[in-house]
Amino acid sequence: MSHTPAKEPVVTAELAAEHGLKPDEYASMLESVGRTPTLTELGIYSVMWSEHCSYKSSRVWLKKLPTTAPWVICGPGENAGVIDIGDGQAAIFKMESHNHPSFIEPYQGAATGVGGILRDVFTMGARPVANLNALRFGEPANPKTRHLVAGVVAGIGGYGNCVGVPTVGGETNFHKAYNGNCLVNAMTVGVAQTDKIFYSKAAGVGKPVVYVGSKTGRDGIHGATMSSAEFTEDSEAKRPTVQVGDPFTEKLLIEACLELMATDAIVAIQDMGAAGLTSSSVEMAGKGGLGIDLDLDAVPQREAGMTPYEIMLSESQERMLMILEPGREEEAKRIFDKWELDFAVIGKLTDNGRMVIRMHGATWCDVELAPLFDKAPLYNRPTEPTPPQPEIAAADAPLKASARDTLLALMGTPDLASRRWIWEQYDSQVGADTMIGPGGDAALVRVHGTPKALAMTTDCTPRYCYADPVRGGAQAVAEAYRNIITVGALPLAITDNMNFGNPEKPRIMGQFAGCIEGMAEACRVLDFPVVSGNVSLYNETNGEGILPTPAIGGVGLLKDSTLAIGSGFKAEGDVVLLLGKTEGHVGQSLYLREVHGREEGAPPSVDLAAERRAGDLVRGLIEARNLTACHDLADGGLAVGLAEMALRGKKGITLTGLANADAGLLFGEDQGRYLVTAAAGDVAAVTDAAKAAGVPVTTLGTVGGTAITGLGGGALALADLRQVHEGWLPGYMAGDAA
Amino acid sequence: MKSAVIVFPGSNCERDIAVALEQVSGHKTFHAWHRDTDLPEVDVIAVPGGFSYGDYLRCGAMAANSPVMRVVKERAAKGVKVIGVCNGFQILTEAGLLPGALIRNQSLKYICKTVDLKVENTDSAFTRHYTPGQHIGIPVGHGEGNYVADEETLKRLEGEGRVAFRYTDADGVVNAAGNPNGATNNIAGIFNETRTVLGMMPHPERAFDPQHGNTDGRALFTSLLESLS
Repeated sequence: MSHTPAKEPVVTAELAAEHGLKPDEYASMLESVGRTPTLTELGIYSVMWSEHCSYKSSRVWLKKLPTTAPWVICGPGENAGVIDIGDGQAAIFKMESHNHPSFIEPYQGAATGVGGILRDVFTMGARPVANLNALRFGEPANPKTRHLVAGVVAGIGGYGNCVGVPTVGGETNFHKAYNGNCLVNAMTVGVAQTDKIFYSKAAGVGKPVVYVGSKTGRDGIHGATMSSAEFTEDSEAKRPTVQVGDPFTEKLLIEACLELMATDAIVAIQDMGAAGLTSSSVEMAGKGGLGIDLDLDAVPQREAGMTPYEIMLSESQERMLMILEPGREEEAKRIFDKWELDFAVIGKLTDNGRMVIRMHGATWCDVELAPLFDKAPLYNRPTEPTPPQPEIAAADAPLKASARDTLLALMGTPDLASRRWIWEQYDSQVGADTMIGPGGDAALVRVHGTPKALAMTTDCTPRYCYADPVRGGAQAVAEAYRNIITVGALPLAITDNMNFGNPEKPRIMGQFAGCIEGMAEACRVLDFPVVSGNVSLYNETNGEGILPTPAIGGVGLLKDSTLAIGSGFKAEGDVVLLLGKTEGHVGQSLYLREVHGREEGAPPSVDLAAERRAGDLVRGLIEARNLTACHDLADGGLAVGLAEMALRGKKGITLTGLANADAGLLFGEDQGRYLVTAAAGDVAAVTDAAKAAGVPVTTLGTVGGTAITGLGGGALALADLRQVHEGWLPGYMAGDAA
Repeated sequence: MKSAVIVFPGSNCERDIAVALEQVSGHKTFHAWHRDTDLPEVDVIAVPGGFSYGDYLRCGAMAANSPVMRVVKERAAKGVKVIGVCNGFQILTEAGLLPGALIRNQSLKYICKTVDLKVENTDSAFTRHYTPGQHIGIPVGHGEGNYVADEETLKRLEGEGRVAFRYTDADGVVNAAGNPNGATNNIAGIFNETRTVLGMMPHPERAFDPQHGNTDGRALFTSLLESLS
């Protein structure tokens, strides 16, 4: 046995540095291995100890998030989070980033992001029922933005549409902080039987390790390492590290895996995501406290002459690794043959705690497995808090035009304009269970063949997080909670996608710590634990970090889907009411940014107890069938919320008492508020319930007509409003000036 | 009414259309696999939407040559009703059961939305529960729905009343503004010569249940039920 195979270069400190290992990390590796490692061993260590795989900068903070509740079946640490939705069923979900690949090659980067998150969910035994996403692009005037939007949207659609999972929701923002580093976060929600959930922990010495799916090629080698470093001008040269997706193969893989999962042949299963065969085999064996022997000659290969190093680090897509019960290989192979997918036994579990890799009659790796898994570096990096920003009084930011004209202009700005151009490129209805698709507050998808439905949403307001990470973190969770409430569902749990800059900078690490603190508090008060998540650091280009962006994916349950209501005005004569307290907070509002050109001030405060009271109230009102529509107030405040309800319902509104309202009342972004409508006969029940719950309630007007009337400046016809609101994004994408 | 749905690798709407068929008929829909060389006796065969064979080569081209399609052609020749939706429409044209072809949307983009349609011919087993000229809304979801055919074929389709559905604007007017994909003559669905085979890009199974927010597709399934029982 040779530890320095002739074909591999000798490993040196310089080579380790090229693999992204810091000098102290390489020293620690040498200590663990006990000799100079082979190139294959160095490759395996470098990816397992990368930020992407090891969470070395974030682990200490992630521990602060609440992760349990009576309905949580499996929290963070598995491929995805699992919650109980009753009747022996579970919802399994997670959100994951594919930021760096999407910036380099937007179509494939986004497409493989969707493919990866789908695998995380179906690997646990769930049939994926919905996809969502959270996207951030640079400012529209940036020459690269249009290209990235077009490519990312086409990639998400190209993959999701083909695999037959509806893309039902998401959010998109534009800001110059993302000019050099867009964010593409993809979320999948699946449904499984609670007695058929599959985990990645291997068990059973001698049991076969089986590879299924696509063949292994040279694509994506070192993707995980790339995602763990900052971008520079020459990032274009990294294009070859972006993987190429094949959604057709993924669709076959979903069906084949679910067919095999219906038997009891699988002991453990794990998708090959970042760091491919390396991380999947290390994690499975490591979690089981076992060793693993792999014979790489047996790995299905797409290209000739691949080295062990390349095979272990390839990030070829649509591949899974599983441990089977001995003797069940033929039965399993028949299923994969039916779906025309590769199937190969490539190794076995051992009891020696080592990872041994053989190929061409030689041994290329023979190391203790545990250090790869549990001795990864752990950093408690220094943090520097974000200084508090001043509160801005509404009187300091008066309306510059009439309320009518201001609203009209705001509805056509990049962050408030309709996203229809994006979501009409996604199949939002395949499965025929989508009750509320894109363009609403939360999406609502029936649990097939049951009266139940799952509500889901993605939310974050990065400008709040930048100004005050603690408030911003809490607000992101609270907004996800609110969005789920609006359709009538009970918020159950979240997945988080923490997108931040370089953690080695104390200011950035302070943003991370602050957001975690705010999120944790909100999760606790709202009974909305974190069950899965992903961290994406080093989102910087040439030293410029993105806005801190802890994207939250929320999931809730509506037991009786006939209770569901939408966010568009429903019927003429319905009364529109505002629930929650309005103080007129304009700091960090879109109004302040778009009208006054000021990105300033403290973001709105988040009163979590009030948030909880308002949420419980609204859910109760929907359950009692007292409401006809509900919309949460967020970006753009009250006036924008009213306009959105009018556009969605294709009905106008006559407002009372707002003719002389100031900017704070109309466009302030106070939290914890809902706009609801009720039939005239139910209004007393709504106001009584609000008073009993201690939630402020204000009657705003009556649904009817084809315009918004009662704002200062005169009536605003919905036709004009729609043209401005729907016009911006298609015009921009067609090449109009930004 | 007994039914079968054909499943190709990459099909993804087979369950959706089976649910609609099963709910109106009360009979379980048989799921046939692309390699099958026989089918049970059924009254209607559905070729579902999706991305059969990944849309590789050309949408529907490989599925049209799969073993099961030989059986579908035999049954269609005997008058068994065949409905192809979306990718199913593409497959039926590739298989020669319907004339013309579906090419890339004029916008070059995939489009998913509810489109306005005019029911052009109610004299068929698929459309008898609609009223002539009825204005309905049905969702589409496709990247290649732009119907084209040579002039002679178009003349025959139009002259023989074989256009089943046409895209319209929100007011029910057949015009360019209401055409989501550039289809010739705004054609959204066509019949074969005997009106026993229907191909359409819109998905009636997605506008079937009150919880879809729109039940305009339901009449297509109840039409079949009445015709076939």
